Amino acid sequence: MREITYREAIREALRQEMQRDERVFLFGEDLGIYGGAFGVTYGLLEEFGEERVRDTPISEAAIAGGAVGAALAGMRPVAEIMFMDFLTLSMGQLVNQAAKNRFMFGGRATVPMVLRTPEGSGTGAAAQHSQSLEAWFVHVPGLKVVMPSTPYDAKGLLVSAIRDDNPVIFVEHKLLYNTKGPVPEEEYTIPLSQSEVKREGKDVTVIAISIMVQRALAAAEVLAQEGIEVEVVDPRTIKPCDYETITRSVMKTGRVLIVHEACKTGGFGGEVAAHIAEGEAFYYLDVPIRRLAGLDIPIPYNRNLERHTVPQEEDIVREIRDLASMGES
Amino acid sequence: MDLTRDQQIAMLKQMQLIRAFEEKADELFALGKVHGTMHLSIGQEAVAVGAMACLRPDDYILSTHRGHGHCIARGADPKLMMAEFMGKETGYCRGRGGSMHIADPEIGNLGANGVVGGGISIAMGVALAVSLRKTDQVVLGFFGDGAANLGIFHESLNMASIWHLPVVYICENNQYGMSMSVKRALSVENVADRAVAYNMPGTIVDGNDVLAVFKAVCEAVSRARQGDGPSLIEAKTYRWKGHSKSDQERYRTREEVNAWKKKCPIKRFSARLIAEGVLTPEAVDQMEAKVHEEIQAALEFAEASPEPRVEDILEGVYA
Repeated sequence: MREITYREAIREALRQEMQRDERVFLFGEDLGIYGGAFGVTYGLLEEFGEERVRDTPISEAAIAGGAVGAALAGMRPVAEIMFMDFLTLSMGQLVNQAAKNRFMFGGRATVPMVLRTPEGSGTGAAAQHSQSLEAWFVHVPGLKVVMPSTPYDAKGLLVSAIRDDNPVIFVEHKLLYNTKGPVPEEEYTIPLSQSEVKREGKDVTVIAISIMVQRALAAAEVLAQEGIEVEVVDPRTIKPCDYETITRSVMKTGRVLIVHEACKTGGFGGEVAAHIAEGEAFYYLDVPIRRLAGLDIPIPYNRNLERHTVPQEEDIVREIRDLASMGES
Repeated sequence: MDLTRDQQIAMLKQMQLIRAFEEKADELFALGKVHGTMHLSIGQEAVAVGAMACLRPDDYILSTHRGHGHCIARGADPKLMMAEFMGKETGYCRGRGGSMHIADPEIGNLGANGVVGGGISIAMGVALAVSLRKTDQVVLGFFGDGAANLGIFHESLNMASIWHLPVVYICENNQYGMSMSVKRALSVENVADRAVAYNMPGTIVDGNDVLAVFKAVCEAVSRARQGDGPSLIEAKTYRWKGHSKSDQERYRTREEVNAWKKKCPIKRFSARLIAEGVLTPEAVDQMEAKVHEEIQAALEFAEASPEPRVEDILEGVYA
């Protein structure tokens, strides 16, 4: 199969959905001639024109609120917020409007919108352009949160997000944009709320999201040389999350490491750990659940400090090795 | 746009209906029959009715937390409103929304909103949808004087203007954002003065004169329908009741409230219709009596309606 980048896969999903459904349009800052801050929408202006690839002023609240309005009126907007950090400026519209309209109107309305945004550190952009804030949105009933880790998942999940009748926060990762992988040219969908086992193994389960899936897979490759077989589970949609696949894996291995880039305290990993701890998988645990996450600090600028703030491949290797050896003499 | 005799009578009836609905709501609250809170628009009926009379059935409105009047003027069924107010399964929102969230997308009412200014950007987005579909529908975006000081007001009116969107923003300036007087809160004398910043017409209208509201809004609606872009209309009016049920009204005097009560929009319009020979005083009284019967029937419907079932509590979060 042809290989394309994560960036190209997202662009292809947008293009094919815009060709298929004229209600779909793009709405955000510098999407048109600039092609988006990370080049995702580059070239779409020529094909679809400036009405459907709509550059907005720097108005994050009105981008989100405008998308809510267009969605309520029957369109399928795909809004973009240039950095996830700037979702702080859109929160009122997402949390109090997008997420609640359907429920508080007694089911009389739907808000079929997608809000795409890139998160993550590793670009030297420091504390206000590097955050991973997905846990905030997981906490809000009515929102869905999708975090693809591969080009294949990015395309199939974005198509599903656009066709979904709920507001979906679609979280991309800046360092994944240039990663390549096999992606079919034709349109396909990956159902939301379906976890995937990205690599099978019997010794340790690693539950990772977004870029940490790639780092976990690399770590698993290293550990395979040492005879440790790692199973990597990628939830892909973290709200509503498919915990069954996770539970099955933990019951198989009895050892679990949860990895994400976001700060540990209040992060999604705590939710996963609680799910395992309060369910039937708990009785299958051989050792305590472990989390590996970002430090509880703002992302620093210095390259070395930045790198040490979030989990790297070698950190994951170290943690898994430790988990695998615990309780064994 | 000239109003026929029947249209004028229908407008008076709507104003009476809003007043009767809200007086009943106030009474039910005092009797402890409803919980939560509510925001009454008594004294402001002319804005909702005058504005809504300019719309076609396929147009849209975005309302506010003080939205009973907008809903009724847009054609909502008082029975379903009263049921919602009482938290019943038969209400507009199945008892999940209450007074602040009544919506009826089927008649273009995309919702009252519990957040001040919550509908301002949504109205812009609905108008964007209309403009993308290239129909000639129009959106009315209601908000209060308090909302005019929010950042989202600036972002949304700017966007509406740069894209010439078919939205008419109607600021109901009832003189207070909760306790904060517009005299203390606004950097300009009138909210409409801010229209200059967005390169759109800004019109001030007497919000207690239903015909003046009708004329101003119809001009703006016609402009929007022709593709000439958005407008900002400021209707100066006054809320007779407190901000919500917890208001002790320490920030204004009885004299001020009474002076505004003398400018009652309903008395003013009925006096005019009587003077012009459209209605007799007896006919006005009869209309009012019928409106009270309608509200009584709505209350009976609501009281006889079932409560939502706890078994269904999780429904409706996701489509």
